[in-house]
Amino acid sequence: MTTTIPKDDVAVAPAVPAERAVRVRLGPRHLIIAGFVVAAFVVPLLSSSFVTFQLTEVLIYGLAILGLNLLTGFNGQFSLGHSAFYGIGAYTAAILIHNYEVSYLWTLPAAGALCFVIGFLFGLPALRLQNLYLALATFALATAMPQILKFHALEGWTGGVQGLVVDQPEAPGFVPISDDQWLYYFTLIVMLVMFLCAEFLIHSRTGRAIMAIRDNPIAAAAMGINNSLYKTLTFGVSALYTGVAGALGALAIGFVAPDSFTIFLSISLLVGLVIGGVGSIPGCLFGGLFVLYVPNIANALSTGLAGAIYGVILLLVIFVMPAGAAGFVRIVVARISRWRQTSPEES
Amino acid sequence: MKHLTRRTILAAVPAAIALGVPFVSARAKDYGPGVTDKEIKLGNTGPYSGPASSYSPVPKSQVAYWKMINDQGGINGRMINFISYDDAYTPPKTVEIVRKLVEEDQVLLVASPLGTPTNSAIWHYMNEKKVPQMFVATGATKWDDPKGHPWTIGWQPNYQSEGRIYATYILKNKPDGKVGVLYQNDDFGKDYLKGVKDGLGDKASMVIVETSYETTDPTVDSQVVDMKAKGVDVFVNTAIPKFAAQAIRKAADIQWKPLHILSSIGNSVGATLKPAGLEYAKDLVSDFYLKDATDPKWKDDAGFKEWSAFMDKYIPDGDKTDAGYVAGSSLAATLAQVLKQCGDDLTRENVMKQAASLKDFTVPMLLPGIKANTSPTDFAPIKQVQMAKFDGQRWNLFGDLITGAVG
Repeated sequence: MTTTIPKDDVAVAPAVPAERAVRVRLGPRHLIIAGFVVAAFVVPLLSSSFVTFQLTEVLIYGLAILGLNLLTGFNGQFSLGHSAFYGIGAYTAAILIHNYEVSYLWTLPAAGALCFVIGFLFGLPALRLQNLYLALATFALATAMPQILKFHALEGWTGGVQGLVVDQPEAPGFVPISDDQWLYYFTLIVMLVMFLCAEFLIHSRTGRAIMAIRDNPIAAAAMGINNSLYKTLTFGVSALYTGVAGALGALAIGFVAPDSFTIFLSISLLVGLVIGGVGSIPGCLFGGLFVLYVPNIANALSTGLAGAIYGVILLLVIFVMPAGAAGFVRIVVARISRWRQTSPEES
Repeated sequence: MKHLTRRTILAAVPAAIALGVPFVSARAKDYGPGVTDKEIKLGNTGPYSGPASSYSPVPKSQVAYWKMINDQGGINGRMINFISYDDAYTPPKTVEIVRKLVEEDQVLLVASPLGTPTNSAIWHYMNEKKVPQMFVATGATKWDDPKGHPWTIGWQPNYQSEGRIYATYILKNKPDGKVGVLYQNDDFGKDYLKGVKDGLGDKASMVIVETSYETTDPTVDSQVVDMKAKGVDVFVNTAIPKFAAQAIRKAADIQWKPLHILSSIGNSVGATLKPAGLEYAKDLVSDFYLKDATDPKWKDDAGFKEWSAFMDKYIPDGDKTDAGYVAGSSLAATLAQVLKQCGDDLTRENVMKQAASLKDFTVPMLLPGIKANTSPTDFAPIKQVQMAKFDGQRWNLFGDLITGAVG
């Protein structure tokens, strides 16, 4: 029997696992994401500059929500203080551009680095706090932030209550697109890079350690994971993501003021997190869509009852998609594939 | 013959149209975005929700006012389509909504957005896009800047000029006084302080205590006690109602009787003086530019009656003692006048031109004699106020109208 094996089969044999690997990489999830990325690049070419601006904001909120998701969704630590990190990022960008005339490109790493350090430091005392107590501690951070920004001693930088005007990025001369489109693509690329980084982080040893702490901190410690280090690092990385989003937000809006970064922003991000899907990276963008568009929809239906309508929509969405948009998509995909598996047997 | 006549008429119609259309447009029937022969589209943002939602009567009463204008036949035959959105008093939301109004809804202008941070956020955008940011509902001083920001115009007397008016009053009545100023630690509080100091000029050293509070502070008791201890005998109280009331009460409790000047922000009888105790508020001095709807002396006043009838018909569940309804309807009335002046030339350029040429215009709820005046170099429509003294029951206006323009 062995003699009947053709010679070229030996050459084919190693190709089989390679082919399988390719098939694994191109699951329905990846096709959907690829479709979204292509759409994300095409849409601003077809839409008005206002819609492009709104989509830029969706991407920015999505990035901020991803920061919160890394902390809450993957590491199991609550935060109501992410408006503070968003604000620090925004103010870093604004101060660098307004007071020191730094190019906007450099404001993002600066905002990210500063927020990482502040997040890491805040994570240290937060180690002692669990769940609701941590939520309260971060709540304090969120309520303190607008006050700190108004503080006399910092007024030279922050502009106090008057806020700061930020010169918005202009499209370079060699690309034939508008400033709004330029900012959109800039944001999109930053977002894609950061989403990819998050994806790699979550699927690495570090990511598994982060999730192990969420699932069972005692078991994680028993396996040799340094819980304290990973929890504070996650806090730092989470703040970094939200801080970069804040810096992008300052560029998109062109103005920062203490009133932009209140506790309501934190709550919006938390709503976006739950709507998008806790522990889902692409789901954050659904969250961003919700945060931006649903208040507008509620307002369009009735200005006087906007708050109530927002609440009803929120309840409906939670009822229909209890695991968030990402969970909903997963269920739909699973149903379709099950249906495709069963239908040939029936026929 | 009949046949021929009909033909002639038929032939004449397109000819008349062809001749008539350029003739009509030559008569300056010029439209900006959002304007047709039947409609003018206006945009507005306001805090229907969020931390400043207590100011929501301002946008609400504007909506109601335009409804009344439409019921009366519109402006020069055009109906007003007034689009008002909630910005929750958050600057990023204001930017988004105003861009929607300008770029999607294609409004002619944005009318009276409320709040200093929110208006600051759209300030550059409006001027870059050359869209009128009309009669902003904030008293910050920076809106009067026709050179730097020719598409933004203020409305109410600004806080700095009020501060100057207090300074003038102090110099006249207590020239050797020791002044203490209590202000809110934000833009409007600091505008007041600057106005008082500028108004005192080279006698600014009269101000011996400047003390601020945060809106989140529980009380201002310690600030008041501190002023008494330092020998202050002229107390300029520029706090919002809650803190103004506390300060009045505390001053009475510690038997401190300075010359007490209360700013127009906190001079509501219902919101400040009643909670503080009317008997403690006796002899307080303040300034007004709008009629106090709680004051019975206006009950036979034609302007008050007009406003009251408007409230009864269009905002029947609105609280008439809330000054927001007075301010909102007065803002809308001023804009209505500008649109009337525009005639058929409803371009954004002409709107600004007409807004900058208000001559002695008055609205029903402005104090008698106070008139809105603007010019190409003066974008502060209302500059006059009148001082008043509290007699334990109500404010009694006294003296002449005072003009305190700060450019």
